[in-house]
Amino acid sequence: MLDVASATLMLLGAGFFLAGTVGLLRFPDIYSRLHALTKADNLGVGCIAVALALQADGLAAGLKLLLVWPLVLLASATVSYAIAERARALGVPLDGGAPDDAP
Amino acid sequence: MNADLVFDLVLGAGLLWSAAGALLGRDRYGAVILFIVFGLLMTLAWVRLAAPDIALAEAAIGAGLTGALLLDALGGDSAGTAQRGASRWLLLPLAGAIAILLAGALRGLPAPSGELREAVSAALAHSGVSHPVTAVLLNFRGYDTLLEVSVLLAALLGVLGAARDARPARLSAAPLLQAATRVLVPFMLLTAGYLLWAGAHRPGGAFQAAAVLAAGAVLLALVGMLGGWTRPALRTRLAIAAGPAVFLLVAAPSFERTLLLQLPPQHAGRLILLIEAALTLSLGFILAGLFLALLRGDTAGDGQA
Repeated sequence: MLDVASATLMLLGAGFFLAGTVGLLRFPDIYSRLHALTKADNLGVGCIAVALALQADGLAAGLKLLLVWPLVLLASATVSYAIAERARALGVPLDGGAPDDAP
Repeated sequence: MNADLVFDLVLGAGLLWSAAGALLGRDRYGAVILFIVFGLLMTLAWVRLAAPDIALAEAAIGAGLTGALLLDALGGDSAGTAQRGASRWLLLPLAGAIAILLAGALRGLPAPSGELREAVSAALAHSGVSHPVTAVLLNFRGYDTLLEVSVLLAALLGVLGAARDARPARLSAAPLLQAATRVLVPFMLLTAGYLLWAGAHRPGGAFQAAAVLAAGAVLLALVGMLGGWTRPALRTRLAIAAGPAVFLLVAAPSFERTLLLQLPPQHAGRLILLIEAALTLSLGFILAGLFLALLRGDTAGDGQA
């Protein structure tokens, strides 16, 4: 039962990473690529962390694995904000050619 | 073909690809990114070789700190504008020559035997720790570690001698980055302490803990909460000197014994922890200093400067 749950979550996480990678390669501009990447980070890592925590031997190891998730959430959200903010300030346009509203 | 072999082959191909890209890529920025990718793949390779101690050091120092230094060195160049000329192809024969030398050295190595492993296992009980890597690094071959720290110290002194104007602490225009840093840095301190303590019985130790400390300092500097260095204050210098000084003080009584830097078995555990704690402090300041002393004035992560 636990193994089935772990395997399902693991596959789900891998699916999110696959989708995120396809998005990174195929999306037209930096902002939508960031969108694809953060989905992979936030949900993919979450699913995999929970899947591994279910398999961990002992409560302490499981909690440590679960702690990975909020830390990655924080880092990923912050980094994608920083990248998007920098791109906007440099005037990287959105796809579709509409000039950016950078100051 | 089993799954492990497939994974190793993909990993090896990725290593070669990222190394070639870092050496020969036309775009400097892309080359630096590929260097960081190379470091992360190398970390996986060390894990596959069952060497988690080296993997931790590679991730923190090879990919993390060196990558941050290289990105900072690119500095004001916007992505895509820094191009390398055809001279980068000169790297190819150089890399080839080094590869041939390495292959020659590899052929000269004696066949791996269990002798060293057995010798370490036999002496482990007297080393004061239960993790063989820590026993070798801090007891059986402590002079290696002492010399490594001395080399890093000399490198920092050289960098400080060459450093020009330091950048003052300047809060960047992105409060979100500072907020996230305020959350992350305490976790990094905790992780460093954990790695230091864990070194006695599992992978970890002074170098890894210090690299995490230094990464925290780099993060603080990047969001403008910590300024660059030109002339370190007295207490900073004392912290930098603490590691080698404690190591030498602990080692001094051993000169009358037969083996250099051999620790007395009955106190070895406590002495190793003492040395490692001092080394963590020193190495953290040294590694952070290498970045802080070279910090350029124009690299804050603020978009609206």
